[in-house]
Amino acid sequence: MVPLFQSQENIAGKISIEPIQGKKVDHNGVKVELLGQIEMYFDRGNFYDFTSLVRELDVPGDIYEKKSYPFEFSTVEMPYETYNGANVRLRYVLKVTISRGYAGSIVEYQDFVVRNYSPLPSINNSIKMEVGIEDCLHIEFEYNKSKYHLKDVIIGKIYFLLVRIKLKNMDLEIRRRESTGSGANTHVETETLAKFELMDGAPVRGESIPIRLFLSPYELTPTYRNINNKFSVKYYLNLVLVDEEDRRYFKQQEITIYRLQEETS
Amino acid sequence: MMLDGMEDEDKWLAEGIAGIQHNAFYMHRALDANNLREVLKYSAQMLSELRTSKLSPHKYYELYMRAFDELKKLEMFFKDESRHGVSVVDLYELVQHAGNILPRLYLLCTVGSVYIKSKEAPAKDVLKDLVEMCLGVQHPIRGLFLRSYLAQVSRDKLPDIGSEYEGDADTVMDAVEFVLQNFTEMNKLWVRLQLQGPGRLREKLEKERSELRDLVGKNLHVLSQIEGVDLEMYKDTVLPRVLEQIVNCKDELAQYYLMDCIIQVFPDEYHLQTLETLLSACPQLQPTVDIKTVLSQLMDRLSNYAVSSTDVLPEFLQVEAFAKLSSAIGRVIEAQVDMPIVGAISLYVSLLTFTLRVHPDRLDYVDQVLGACVKKLSGKPKLEDNRAKKQVVALLSAPLDKYNDIVMALMLSNYPRVMDHLDNETNKVMAIVIIQSIMKNNTCISTADQVEVLFELIKGLMKDLDGTAVDELDEEDFKEEQNSVARLLHMLYNDDPEEMLKIICTMKKNIMDGGSKRLPFTVPPLIFSALRLIRRLQGQDGDVAGEEVPATPKRIFQILNQTIEALSTVPTPELALRLYLQCAEAANDCDLEPVAYEFFTQAFVLYEEEVADSKAQVTAIHLIIGTLQRMNVFGVENRDTLTHKATGYSAKLLKKPDQCRAVYACSHLFWVDDQDGIKDGERVLLCLKRALRIASAAQQMSNVTRGSSGPVTLYVEILNKYLYFFEKGNPQITSAAIQGLLELITTEMQSDSAAPNTVSDAFFASTQRYIQFQKQKGGVMSEKYDSVKV
Repeated sequence: MVPLFQSQENIAGKISIEPIQGKKVDHNGVKVELLGQIEMYFDRGNFYDFTSLVRELDVPGDIYEKKSYPFEFSTVEMPYETYNGANVRLRYVLKVTISRGYAGSIVEYQDFVVRNYSPLPSINNSIKMEVGIEDCLHIEFEYNKSKYHLKDVIIGKIYFLLVRIKLKNMDLEIRRRESTGSGANTHVETETLAKFELMDGAPVRGESIPIRLFLSPYELTPTYRNINNKFSVKYYLNLVLVDEEDRRYFKQQEITIYRLQEETS
Repeated sequence: MMLDGMEDEDKWLAEGIAGIQHNAFYMHRALDANNLREVLKYSAQMLSELRTSKLSPHKYYELYMRAFDELKKLEMFFKDESRHGVSVVDLYELVQHAGNILPRLYLLCTVGSVYIKSKEAPAKDVLKDLVEMCLGVQHPIRGLFLRSYLAQVSRDKLPDIGSEYEGDADTVMDAVEFVLQNFTEMNKLWVRLQLQGPGRLREKLEKERSELRDLVGKNLHVLSQIEGVDLEMYKDTVLPRVLEQIVNCKDELAQYYLMDCIIQVFPDEYHLQTLETLLSACPQLQPTVDIKTVLSQLMDRLSNYAVSSTDVLPEFLQVEAFAKLSSAIGRVIEAQVDMPIVGAISLYVSLLTFTLRVHPDRLDYVDQVLGACVKKLSGKPKLEDNRAKKQVVALLSAPLDKYNDIVMALMLSNYPRVMDHLDNETNKVMAIVIIQSIMKNNTCISTADQVEVLFELIKGLMKDLDGTAVDELDEEDFKEEQNSVARLLHMLYNDDPEEMLKIICTMKKNIMDGGSKRLPFTVPPLIFSALRLIRRLQGQDGDVAGEEVPATPKRIFQILNQTIEALSTVPTPELALRLYLQCAEAANDCDLEPVAYEFFTQAFVLYEEEVADSKAQVTAIHLIIGTLQRMNVFGVENRDTLTHKATGYSAKLLKKPDQCRAVYACSHLFWVDDQDGIKDGERVLLCLKRALRIASAAQQMSNVTRGSSGPVTLYVEILNKYLYFFEKGNPQITSAAIQGLLELITTEMQSDSAAPNTVSDAFFASTQRYIQFQKQKGGVMSEKYDSVKV
């Protein structure tokens, strides 16, 4: 279990140091840091701290018995959410350091999770598009929104304007595209999170196939765009039609995922 | 190849069943443990077996039924929230997380059914959602079964009138809308099944498809079961929508089946009130649809309905059922250019049956139907197709069977016109049917006009039609036919002599055209029919003044004379002779001496010129003698001439015994035992004596040629004649003569050359016994016999 925060929250607590019975701790000072770090897996060991706040807790001296230090970071700006991706990790951590000159400092970490909520978007257009292969297949599809929250439902339909190939089935996939780095060092990882069968069998012209996909069963995150110039996570709906020879015809559309502020009153 | 396919299919089915059983096992475990997650997991896996494309509809049905049974258990579980702790609303969402569409939709329908039952949402919303989500399955077989499952689970949950699911928001309209939509989609899937697969497998596929039809038809059945579908809703919503789908699907099998379905599942009353709508769909169907069967079914049902209660008849009139059906049939025949003629005719047969049952009083309707049929047949060569011919016979027989009265048919102007389109053979068959109808019902045809029409109808029997090869006719069949005609002629009758005379003239005219083969059959009944009229007129005053030629015996006899004359040329002289004699007798009774004399003359002429066969001569002469004996109209001179002729011919017969018998028969010509009868005892005796002479000559001849004198039969016969005249008081016949004859016979019998003959001996013995009896019984007769000794 990890504590959960969101941006602008006060992060306060108490740090207790208790030496082993009969011993003392000699130190050059105690401090607690709040760090926001981005870790690229292909660049192991390299952290980029995008946030770093420090609170000095004690001046150099000795500790003979249990001693507690309350601390507080107020209204901390934490613009990014905790994220564990394929190639990148974004974490928040509290780091307590007891500095010692000779024997090395004592360091303790405490991770915590940040989630940021968004309000309902004021503009949320549907996605509507006609695509096709000439004289072969023409479809028109519609998703009711372009922005979905994590527990949302995708409602829509596919309308068959022309069908000259023998379709076998049709799926709707949710794909996550994570890109890390920049320029020549960009790494892109695509992952299919959901494969949801929309249609079984071959439709004829004029058929309209309904879409209703609940997002809640899938482990999605909000869309992240260019987080600290280090990475992005984007989501796509991929409509895939498969014919009897297992040829696949598809059309991919980006959707925005956000974390909706739950109304708890 | 085929066998392999079948075996493979069995294997696949077995695999599918095994898959269902396997997953059902784990599902049951999860059910027992109330573990919702596992239940959903295994039920979805179980239902995945239904995703197969390898099975024929028949086998797929088997698989489906397995899954269906399991789904019932699942439904029980879903229903009980305490077991899984999830509200039905959440459950409804939860099952939609399944990735595969087919298991997802089966689960959704199952939960949906529970959802409606819980009444947490309006039934119509759930139903609408389910029926629309099912659009995702476009595979014909899988889709049909899925929707059939939906129909099954929703059946008792429709917001029908009076149902617990009816409410402010839910109306019967929603129920109807739901079923209609499911029906439409199912039919589309069903029709699509046909479009798949190569042509060579078409037949097999059609058969498989046919097996699925009840899944589609079931929806119509459900519709008919909905209480709230009253006439108005049926008329405004249900029927137009269903018909729209039927017409638009453009599929032969579906159109035929569904039209039939409509007719079978909805009440007759609805059909009657929506006849126009229903019928207007017919011409829009595919040309290959067997529309005639559909329409026949409809008319059958409607006519049964009409017969069921007299109360509904006004409805039929009000909606002008006949006119609508009639014009619909016309349009269908027009629209379906390729329909074989037999189809068109059988449609008319159905319409006619309908008319006869529903509007038995409307002969004009019947005639209209026949007229329409004539129109269809006109301009075409005579019917060749046997089935078509049979249908025409059925068409023409129907009114006869209904009315049991040919006279009705004779009033139908189009009746003979339909018959004109039949070939000769069928024409005859029909003619026989007509005659049988008349005979069976004892129908009397009582006007000359009707007779004329009737003859027109049966002209196939009355004369040789063009194109019939004579040698094709079977002799026995021909006799049979002509006997029928003969019987028919007796049914043409009117009590009014004037009209009857006209009938006779009409008959004669038609019969005379019949040709030599028919005359022997048809003339006698004509003659006797005419004689019957004469007998009726007999008592009346013959000379009634009038502008028309009155029906007098004289005039009729003229007609008869001409008729028989025709017969004598055939030649059937014996028959003609008999008829002449019959006429003579009738003329005698009418006191028309010259006429009677003329007939006799004709008879004698025939005898002289035409009757050559000796046996025929014997018969003829006895007939002549018999008839002449009864004649009392002749004056002495005429009578003498005729009796003289008769006796003369008698004596000239070839065989002696025949001569003998004819001659002693002639004795009666001179002794008529009436009050005013001629009683010429002397000539009687002369005849008898002459007979005796001939008899003894016969004996002698026999002696010479055979060496035995033969039986004494002739003597005994003559003895009997003696006894007859003796008793009648002929003074010329004395007891002494009888005594002499008795002795003669006894001597003959005892002579050496006599061959014993039991027949003649017995005859003589009983004659002796008779004399003995007369002697002993007392009274005048005994005294008379007193001197005779036996």
